[in-house]
Amino acid sequence: MTDRQESGNPKRILALGATSAIAQAALRLLAEKRAVFFLVGRNAQKLAAVRDDLLTRGAGAATVFVADLDDTRAHPAMLAHAVSVLGGIDVALLAHGVLGEQAVAQMDYATAEAILRTNFLSAVSLVTWLANYFEAEGRGTIAVVSSVAGDRGRKTNYVYGASKGGLNIFLDGVRNRIDRAGVQVLTIKPGFVATPMTAHLKKNALFAEPGRVGKDIVRAIEKRKDVVYSPPFWGLIMLVVRSIPRRIFKRMNM
Amino acid sequence: MGKSGTPIEEVPTFESWGRYPKLQAEVVPLHWASDFPLSQPPVTKQLPVGLGRSYGDVCLLENGTLLQTSGMDRLLCFDPATGLLRCEAGISLQQILDFAVPRGYFLPVTPGTKFVTVGGAIANDIHGKNHHVAGTFGRHVQRFELVRSDGTRFVCSPIENPAWFAATIGGMGLTGLITWVELHLRPIVSRKIDYRGEKFHGIDEFFALSQSASSEYTVAWIDCVSTGSNFARGIFMQGDHSETPGPLTKSKEPKLTFPFNLPEFALNRLSMAAFNSLYFHKQLGKQKVGPVDYEPFFYPLDAVLRWNRIYGRHGLLQFQNVLPHESGREGMIEILKAITKSGLASFLAVIKFFGDVPSVGMMSFPKPGPMLALDFPIRREVSFDLVDRLARITLEHGGRMYSAKDARMTPEQYQAFYPQWQEFSRYVDPGFDSAFWQRVTGRRPLVD
Repeated sequence: MTDRQESGNPKRILALGATSAIAQAALRLLAEKRAVFFLVGRNAQKLAAVRDDLLTRGAGAATVFVADLDDTRAHPAMLAHAVSVLGGIDVALLAHGVLGEQAVAQMDYATAEAILRTNFLSAVSLVTWLANYFEAEGRGTIAVVSSVAGDRGRKTNYVYGASKGGLNIFLDGVRNRIDRAGVQVLTIKPGFVATPMTAHLKKNALFAEPGRVGKDIVRAIEKRKDVVYSPPFWGLIMLVVRSIPRRIFKRMNM
Repeated sequence: MGKSGTPIEEVPTFESWGRYPKLQAEVVPLHWASDFPLSQPPVTKQLPVGLGRSYGDVCLLENGTLLQTSGMDRLLCFDPATGLLRCEAGISLQQILDFAVPRGYFLPVTPGTKFVTVGGAIANDIHGKNHHVAGTFGRHVQRFELVRSDGTRFVCSPIENPAWFAATIGGMGLTGLITWVELHLRPIVSRKIDYRGEKFHGIDEFFALSQSASSEYTVAWIDCVSTGSNFARGIFMQGDHSETPGPLTKSKEPKLTFPFNLPEFALNRLSMAAFNSLYFHKQLGKQKVGPVDYEPFFYPLDAVLRWNRIYGRHGLLQFQNVLPHESGREGMIEILKAITKSGLASFLAVIKFFGDVPSVGMMSFPKPGPMLALDFPIRREVSFDLVDRLARITLEHGGRMYSAKDARMTPEQYQAFYPQWQEFSRYVDPGFDSAFWQRVTGRRPLVD
């Protein structure tokens, strides 16, 4: 079986941050295709609900694993355990993250550091291990939920934005290294999504449902994309945002 | 752009499908069964809500906290041998159909829209075109979990906590939050419905067709605009799930959204008369027979999202009642005359006979006899006066009105329709309330 065919029909899925609304939406679609799952999250009760949902929808099997992904020292053992339970990984989906509070983070370094640790450093740790694993396998997919906020720093959310921007650059580099070994590195950039993470925000027409983002993720994995904006119109919006000259941008309120 | 960490200042509005009355509330989305009771209990009263498809104020609570359950949409277990489904209460009937139809199962009872949650279907103990054989939705619920605002949990079924089971089915969300539900689905072998449509003229022809109909699903569209020889004309529609094996595919997502609020002058006596004539003559012959897909048969309006905008920004009033068999004919004629005389009726009027399958809910609406449902654009006093008149006729004939469709019943009318309301009130969660419940218990005035 070639690399391409194998990841075109993902079977063994490692989901990190499996209780996130975006992860759940993507996992449901993969469950309908009879995938098997290793689900990692912080809350055992919520993980059990996600597991039951996926099993009911057609998942071949689903194992839950309670972990706080901020604890990077525990990553290698956890990932090795996932490989042994699943009998190998076809797709690793990283979907954990925090929005944080910009107003607090810009006054308090410890808050900023916590956002960077969860969104950036823990992902670096996980992807480092996974990149080496998949490179040796010569196949597989690393799919990471990042954000359009990582495309340009803005005063209303630059700490969150920096954590995602750093992540994007890290993934660009990993892709440059291991794509040639047959490993897909997918950077997912959702815009506004109506999830528990954004429950306190006022909704507008730009908000997408998690189900929409889940569909875009599964399609991007199957088509072996590098980067996907979800919904796609965010690619255009961010093109405009990135192309505003800095001398104008620095005066804007966004 | 990106994600802003700024908390919101403005209170979001949650509208019922009738978009009347408009009441401000705080909306708190629930995503997990463990999200309730809220970690910071609100100082206001609370009310669980689903997708906001009830028409009046049963899903509203002014200055209260609405617990929006549609994020609790997980399937928990399904037995393909028996069709028993366990799911979270915020899942929609659309989501259940998407799952069940490809597996050869269908909802045991469905209303005219699939955009309602299972929790809402229980809270209003909804009925469908098969009421005369299947009864209400609650009859097909095996068990559910009820969580009170103080954190007490009950598993409810006809044998476990039966009083809470009966109070919660049809209990308008007031008895606590339903977290999960076990529901019996019914088997099908095809998406197709064997359909038969027959025109009728007048209430007696409708009664005769209802008597002779043998299908699982029956309903009639009735013209509530035309007078004279066209008075009470309509199309009697019946159908059964096809027994010929056929496609069991998932439905496509609706693509059309009604884009804006139609101005009020667009709906008037002339345009409605034209619509009703077109609808009546759309079926050319006296009879039409053949297979149809279940989507247009059960959910003709779901094809256009936000169709309630057709009534303009002021919204619409629904009216739905049932009359006992003894006074059914006389009462319905009186009601239809009042409606045609007002010239306020629009296009969506349906009439059907409820059967005698008892409802399990203490406050369930259906009882045996003819029922009528239709909507009116809101033209202030004129519409309010008409609905009040219809409520009085219903009361005189020993009938009752449907809470999920009502925005105008007085406490006197409600308490006469549902004399068991005081018994029910003992089961209302002390932390819960609704604008409807405030109104019909005399704690909230009718606003014109």
